[in-house]
Amino acid sequence: MEDFLPARGVRFVRRRAFDWVAEVGRVTLMLRDVVRFLIPGLRSFGRLVQQMNAIGVGSLWLVVVVSLFTGAVAAVQAAYQFTAVVPMRYLGSVILRSVIIELGPVLTALVIGGRVGASIAAELGTMKVTEQIDALRAMAIHPVRYLVVPRVVAAVIMLPIITIFSDAIAIFGGYVVAITSIGVSSHTYTQSLKDFFLMKDLWSGLIKSFFFGGIIGTMGCFHGFATEGGAEGVGLATTHAVVASCVLVLISDYVLANVLFRFIFAA
Amino acid sequence: MIRIRGLRKHLGTRQVLDGVDLDIAAGETVVVMGRSGTGKSVLLKHIIGLMKPDAGSIEVEGQEIVGMGERELDAVRRRFGMLFQSAALFDSLTVGENVGVGLREHQRLPEPEVRRRVAERLEWVGLSGVEAMKPGSLSGGMRKRVGLARAIAMDPQYILYDEPTTGLDPIMADAIDGLIRGMQQRLSVTSVVVTHDMTSAYKVADRMAMLHDGKIVFTGTPDEVRATTHPMVRQFVAGSSTGPIRPL
Ligand SMILES: Nc1ncnc2c1ncn2[C@@H]1O[C@H](COP(=O)(O)OP(=O)(O)O)[C@@H](O)[C@H]1O
Ligand SMILES: [Mg+2]
Repeated sequence: MEDFLPARGVRFVRRRAFDWVAEVGRVTLMLRDVVRFLIPGLRSFGRLVQQMNAIGVGSLWLVVVVSLFTGAVAAVQAAYQFTAVVPMRYLGSVILRSVIIELGPVLTALVIGGRVGASIAAELGTMKVTEQIDALRAMAIHPVRYLVVPRVVAAVIMLPIITIFSDAIAIFGGYVVAITSIGVSSHTYTQSLKDFFLMKDLWSGLIKSFFFGGIIGTMGCFHGFATEGGAEGVGLATTHAVVASCVLVLISDYVLANVLFRFIFAA
Repeated sequence: MIRIRGLRKHLGTRQVLDGVDLDIAAGETVVVMGRSGTGKSVLLKHIIGLMKPDAGSIEVEGQEIVGMGERELDAVRRRFGMLFQSAALFDSLTVGENVGVGLREHQRLPEPEVRRRVAERLEWVGLSGVEAMKPGSLSGGMRKRVGLARAIAMDPQYILYDEPTTGLDPIMADAIDGLIRGMQQRLSVTSVVVTHDMTSAYKVADRMAMLHDGKIVFTGTPDEVRATTHPMVRQFVAGSSTGPIRPL
């Protein structure tokens, strides 16, 4: 009976569930330290700026390409669905709202989560396996204060900024497609943007990206610190950080969408 | 004064420390010798609170550090300097920033004073003018010496040296031994030196202790070590593959 398959399955699920709860606990403890060391961790302004720079400048071209094509595809798809149903003068508005509410924040977070989450996890993971984290602790420098706070805060600040940038590029990408291949005039497109722009749409996207930044920074640091072993461990940590960032971004997107549009911005 | 009693630690599938007892008196330099993989580095990491023992006690100046929280430990750690076996330099920082990191994080010294102190400590380890280099472009021996400069940058009362002369040429090794002696004589530092370089051990030690199979099996002055009939110590000191310690 010991190897009765369903029993083994239950054991597996139970063990995984325990691991998962333990991990949530450890993340919570790290976040508590982030809050505790927030002010002292930001005393060195240079480290924060360095991280913001690494996140922003390093991701610029990737975000440009992704956003441009996202906007372009949104235009093509919307035009196809509008055909014989909705007048093309609404094209600008539908691109605008889908980009600033959903596509801009989420795609930016997925792209940055892949790039920045991975690089944070790889850097801290390498520091862990080469005893650099131990060396910090031995010098009475708390690793959360020195390493985690600047990274998480930089991600939280940079994500909304990059998202605004991404929104603009995507709307421009839609514009290019609309006037070159769909036959919507430049004036019609921009008028439609103006008529349907709502500040609360932009806010909702930026609030989401603020949380996404926190998720990406936290997951990169957490999985970096959890690294065990050598180069192989660093590789695993990187993968875990990216997967966790992306999954949590999508789950929290759903949760935040409910909170924002059913309660805060409901009307 | 460091007092270690009954220290036990299980790691992986091994009982690495199996009841270590060791006293390090104030101002004394104790050399801990033992084969690779016996747990010498693990022992040092317990003394500075980087690892938590399964059982046992470590007192620093009468204060029990086992069971302390990270914040209390930090107060103790500020009195310590540690040279890691791997040097553990921060590879995103320059050599100068590595040596100065403790000064910049803990003391509000004016910047010229930090630079002066960094240059001075690098000079002590025979590495003047390398402040701007990155650890990645240093040789193993240079990395070790930068690690040493970083360990002594804050004028610690206690210094833990993990294989300070491994990877150095004999002449540099002698200079580092001289530095370890000098730290003790000038600043009356209390030190634990882990090494299996017997030449170096005899030069720096006030007392020597041998770790084997998770226990301290022998302690004595260098003269006592030279004269001992303890078969394990004799075998280790002579560097012989025949004797009570099986090489494989
Ligand atoms: N973090 C760890 N996890 C598991 N095993 C470890 C860990 N650190 C050290 N060990 C094991 O403990 C033993 C002693 O290691 P160490 O103290 O580095 O030896 P040495 O005396 O050469 O310094 C080794 O068998 C090593 O594999
Ligand atoms: Mg060692």
